[in-house]
Amino acid sequence: MRLDDFPKIFAQLPGAMPIWHGTVDATGYRALCKQVLHGGGKLLALWGEDKTQDSVSQKAAGYALHVALVTAPGLLVLSLPLAQAEVRFPDLSDLFPAADRMQRSVADMFGLRPDAESDQRKWLRHGSWPQDAYPLRKSFDPHTSYATEADAYPFVSVTGDGVHEIAVGPVHAGTIEPGHFRFSVVGEKVLRLEERLAYKHKGTEKRFEGMSLQLGAKLAGRISGDTTVAYAWAYAQAAESLCLCTPPERALWLRALLLELERIHNHLGDLGYLGNDAALAFGFAQFWILKEDLLRMNETLFSHRYLMDIIVPGGVTRDLDNAGLLHMADTLRHIEDETARLKNIYDEHAGVQDRFLTTGRVAPDLAAQLGLTGLAGRASSQAWDVRAQFPTMPYEQLDVNMVTHRNGDVAARVTMRFEEISESIRLIRLILARIPLGETLTELGKAEAGKLGIGWVEGWRGEVMVALHSGDDNRIHRLHPHDPSWQNWPVLEHAIIGNIVPDFPLINKSFNLSYSGVDL
Amino acid sequence: MYQIIKQMLRTGIKSGTTPQTDDALRNQIQDINAQILNIVGRALAIRHVDAGSCNGCELEIHCLNNPYYNIEGIGMHFVASPRHADMLLVTGPVSRHMEMALKRTYDATPDPKLVVALGDCGKDGGIFGESYASCGGISKVLPVDVIVPGCPPPPLAILQGILTAVSRSKNA
Repeated sequence: MRLDDFPKIFAQLPGAMPIWHGTVDATGYRALCKQVLHGGGKLLALWGEDKTQDSVSQKAAGYALHVALVTAPGLLVLSLPLAQAEVRFPDLSDLFPAADRMQRSVADMFGLRPDAESDQRKWLRHGSWPQDAYPLRKSFDPHTSYATEADAYPFVSVTGDGVHEIAVGPVHAGTIEPGHFRFSVVGEKVLRLEERLAYKHKGTEKRFEGMSLQLGAKLAGRISGDTTVAYAWAYAQAAESLCLCTPPERALWLRALLLELERIHNHLGDLGYLGNDAALAFGFAQFWILKEDLLRMNETLFSHRYLMDIIVPGGVTRDLDNAGLLHMADTLRHIEDETARLKNIYDEHAGVQDRFLTTGRVAPDLAAQLGLTGLAGRASSQAWDVRAQFPTMPYEQLDVNMVTHRNGDVAARVTMRFEEISESIRLIRLILARIPLGETLTELGKAEAGKLGIGWVEGWRGEVMVALHSGDDNRIHRLHPHDPSWQNWPVLEHAIIGNIVPDFPLINKSFNLSYSGVDL
Repeated sequence: MYQIIKQMLRTGIKSGTTPQTDDALRNQIQDINAQILNIVGRALAIRHVDAGSCNGCELEIHCLNNPYYNIEGIGMHFVASPRHADMLLVTGPVSRHMEMALKRTYDATPDPKLVVALGDCGKDGGIFGESYASCGGISKVLPVDVIVPGCPPPPLAILQGILTAVSRSKNA
């Protein structure tokens, strides 16, 4: 699949990543998506835009639907203009099942609807605004407050002898984000799981509109707190693409360093909880000591335990001195030694392995069909990693070893984390040895209004994308952040089928998906 | 099993190994423990509710459970149901979609109860503010005893907020 194989409608967007953008009609929209699917590509993101108050063209330009597709040469972004909201757009969920919830979200937020034969149920909307109000239309006042209605969501019900339902959430038993899970079970065996999310919908996308490009970076870092570095970097890439700004090389190396630190601390935390959920509290204590060691190092070196607000458009706000480099090398050596020791203990522990092996299995063909992505995808043979396939500075000089496994069970997702920690530590060592000297921040400059900038970064959970449509005066016209959890939540519904209810927490934790990142 | 015991011995006891394990701190911990016992008559049971956060504050609540902070050692623990809780530890902003669930969780918590709001967003909605989808800070929905600002507030600040709420209720 080469770029020449596609119609000559694409223009490359400026910036670090290989991204092409083109406008299509409804026929071309589906045809191109089909071509990408058959060429081995996949759907990354789908979002809407209201251009009815477009100040650039000075005329009503209707709406637009955008879809980002991953192909061998890079990211293809298709824009489908829709003159009126009533025009239905072609459904993609038969090609890419993950499109279903994205399309329903576009319907809730813009009133733009896919073909009538697709799933027409609401997704992001519960009962806080009426069915005929669309929060992401420009005419919608963000401060409007409506009386709350009942959600009345039509769950699919399973009937038969002995089938009953277990409803869980939105408030869960542990320290977890809120969401609702509806299990249909026979005895303790799960027949079906249906998720109802969007409890955390807090108007994030609307909040971005009208923000300055600088302030937007702060909000981008809070789309999903555990992925703050990846979002901040993706946002910075998008803003820098719009402003034709190239950050200093040292800043790019520092960004990669921060991204790998974020990957390590999340993986350490998950490994602790995975042990805990298999009744090995020892694992929780051990891994969370290591995680705390890393967070304290972050606090010492960067003044923030989770590295928030360090990546900004134009570069990074903090530098690392030689003492800092040594401190980091020491901390990582300690974490590497301890993690290797703990891996042996997990591997040799019969009780833990009994819970991990074959539990929550997603076979590679199902993973491919449903578009499972990121860490969970790589545990099911889906060999995608932006750092390895589309390496930008500094990854192009680091030669990232992509970790993959084939079993697709909890055990595979655990092993993925152990091996990715090792790889991230290797990458950080290379960065510490080779990072060039120089400035860390440059002037962002001005963005032309009415343009599209895209950032695309492999976060710890999977690929994060930020699509930024520029407005007047270096302000945001529209911003859509995409979390890999959009793809992976629906696959979790499949991973649990045939497993027992008590294994759900373990399976869920092995995916560890974001609620805030998709509820927006 | 041998490997596990060996690793435990290697790791040692992380709690209380800092230089502060002098008598002053011991008294303080005993004092905290005594205070908690005085107020609730047993260990303080805390129920966390995420009412719409970015998940940043949750990361720090998880950390509070790591061996460095030793919270069970000073007499507090997290529980799975509001019906078992003395205190709600709430992160925000409160999304409108979580408003009802949060109120119901509060109603399910037996009296007397304390509410600690976490983070800049729990304080007043923070960067998410108030909108068609966000009620803003926790105090827009529940009576709040103590607010712990920060983005996210580190574990020691959360611990301080929890202890402040307990001691304030003693004075009240």
